[in-house]
Amino acid sequence: MRGTDFVSELEAAVEGAVIGRELETLDPWLAISPDKLLETCRWLKESCEVRFDGLQCITAIDWLETDPKKASKVEWEPHTELVYHLWSTKARASLVLKVKLPRWKDDQQGQLPEVSSVESVWRGADWHEREVFDLSGIRFLGHPDLRRILCPEDWDGYPLRKDYEMPLEYHGMRGR
Amino acid sequence: MSQILDEDQRIIEFDVRTDEMLVNMGPQHPSTHGVLRLVLRTDGEIVSEMEPHIGYLHRCAEKIGENLTARQWIPYTDRMDYLAAMNMNLGWALTVEKLLRYQVSEKARHLRVLITELNRIASHLVGMGAYGLDLGTFSPFLYAFREREKLLDLFEEVCGARLTYSYITVGGMTADLPPGWLQRCEAFLDQFEPVIREYHTLLTTNAIFVKRTANIGVLSPEMAIDYGCTGPVLRGSGVDIDLRRDGESIYTAMYDGYAFEVAVMKNGHYPRDHEYPAVPRDAVLGDCWHRFFVRMLEVVQSMDLVRQSIDRYSQCKGPLGEPLKLAEKLPAGDAYLETECPKGQMGFYLVSDGTSIPWRVRARSSAFSNLAVSPELCRGCLIADVPAVIGSLDVVMGEIDR
Repeated sequence: MRGTDFVSELEAAVEGAVIGRELETLDPWLAISPDKLLETCRWLKESCEVRFDGLQCITAIDWLETDPKKASKVEWEPHTELVYHLWSTKARASLVLKVKLPRWKDDQQGQLPEVSSVESVWRGADWHEREVFDLSGIRFLGHPDLRRILCPEDWDGYPLRKDYEMPLEYHGMRGR
Repeated sequence: MSQILDEDQRIIEFDVRTDEMLVNMGPQHPSTHGVLRLVLRTDGEIVSEMEPHIGYLHRCAEKIGENLTARQWIPYTDRMDYLAAMNMNLGWALTVEKLLRYQVSEKARHLRVLITELNRIASHLVGMGAYGLDLGTFSPFLYAFREREKLLDLFEEVCGARLTYSYITVGGMTADLPPGWLQRCEAFLDQFEPVIREYHTLLTTNAIFVKRTANIGVLSPEMAIDYGCTGPVLRGSGVDIDLRRDGESIYTAMYDGYAFEVAVMKNGHYPRDHEYPAVPRDAVLGDCWHRFFVRMLEVVQSMDLVRQSIDRYSQCKGPLGEPLKLAEKLPAGDAYLETECPKGQMGFYLVSDGTSIPWRVRARSSAFSNLAVSPELCRGCLIADVPAVIGSLDVVMGEIDR
């Protein structure tokens, strides 16, 4: 998806949604404000000229450098990034949305960051959001049934976080 | 629930009230294609609700990928869709090549088409044979595996493995074809072509098979797109999308100059490039029969593509080219690419911070999204139809659980 027309239309429709952009890269992306995510997605699917009717993938990236030597050199602050890959089956066009969240809500260890669920826009988001919740620990507000999907229900921690430590024991089974 | 009871003539006719019951299918039920557990809420024979429980094969391959270089992760992609490992290798290799803006040699391109299309045939053969097994007929399974065995022999000659190949790698292929291989591959195709007619007799036109699959588990195109269904499941609902034609240029460039028609029903007809039986009267677009039939057509389509690629590959004079270094440094940035695998659109996402080890890798599984729609398809069907619906989605648990 190239062209700025479509972005200015989005900016007019959902005020303050687009907070960053990169349209001249491999996969053009827009940075979306977390509180405008649901509105933006609904607009992209229902009102945008290129209807993004397919949600292909949701990825959470944990930006945390655990090595203290390297941590002083990185340019970014620790945060979590949600990446949505959208696709239009009619126009065969794709678009990437990036949403920046804190690693923990209000920077309190153990409090999961929150963002609104897009399950009401694309029903396929149901399982994808459950997977992100399960492996990366992000709470999707408004999701009908947010529970673990790949790990067992009593699993501890969020494996795809960079500071995750593999449990040494699970129900009497040794981990290492 | 009560609505289903009221509307269903079978229950009213006999006026038998039955209790609601939870039935557990799996995790080791033979008809569930791996370790999949289904919990059915049933009333007599009618399923009012179905819920899949997945994750029994979860290994967190994405976490493993954060500790290996991009090329070292190739064997882990094998173990996702282990029935189509070549296609999985290709998906990851192309994603890394997209980030590196690297283009493989012309010879490697044709070899990739050749080998992935052969693997597509092998995967659809398992899908077809196992589907027969789900519906209670054993012979098609043996017929399908007899031919698949010959394909696995061909793959074994090429890379030494029968299931987890790691043959396609970042920047090219691990080795060239052994001498005489192309002749043996052509001999296989010549022998295989008439066998397809047997499959049509055994399953496609078999009266019992048609009764079990036609008008069962009908998936509308809107719902298929809403749930992110892809591949034969989407095309079985009549949506004309195939990434080999509609995908990103780095992927479609592989098929430049190849002639093929997407296996999808248009104006009430499937593309006519092969003799195939007529669509049964009871079948509706989007039902289990159509999903199965699209796979059967793709077997023929892939055979044709393999023949074309053999010609092109043997005309290529230059060298195959060496794959990239094991610890090739990746540029900072990210790349996402979807390819058309036998089960659907398999996506890989690579985030790099500028070192040779990816910061984050992500696999978007096609069977994961295809299975997500199954509760909708099973609502209100008979218990015996549940394996028919799950089988028609052709899921592989290794890919869903990753």
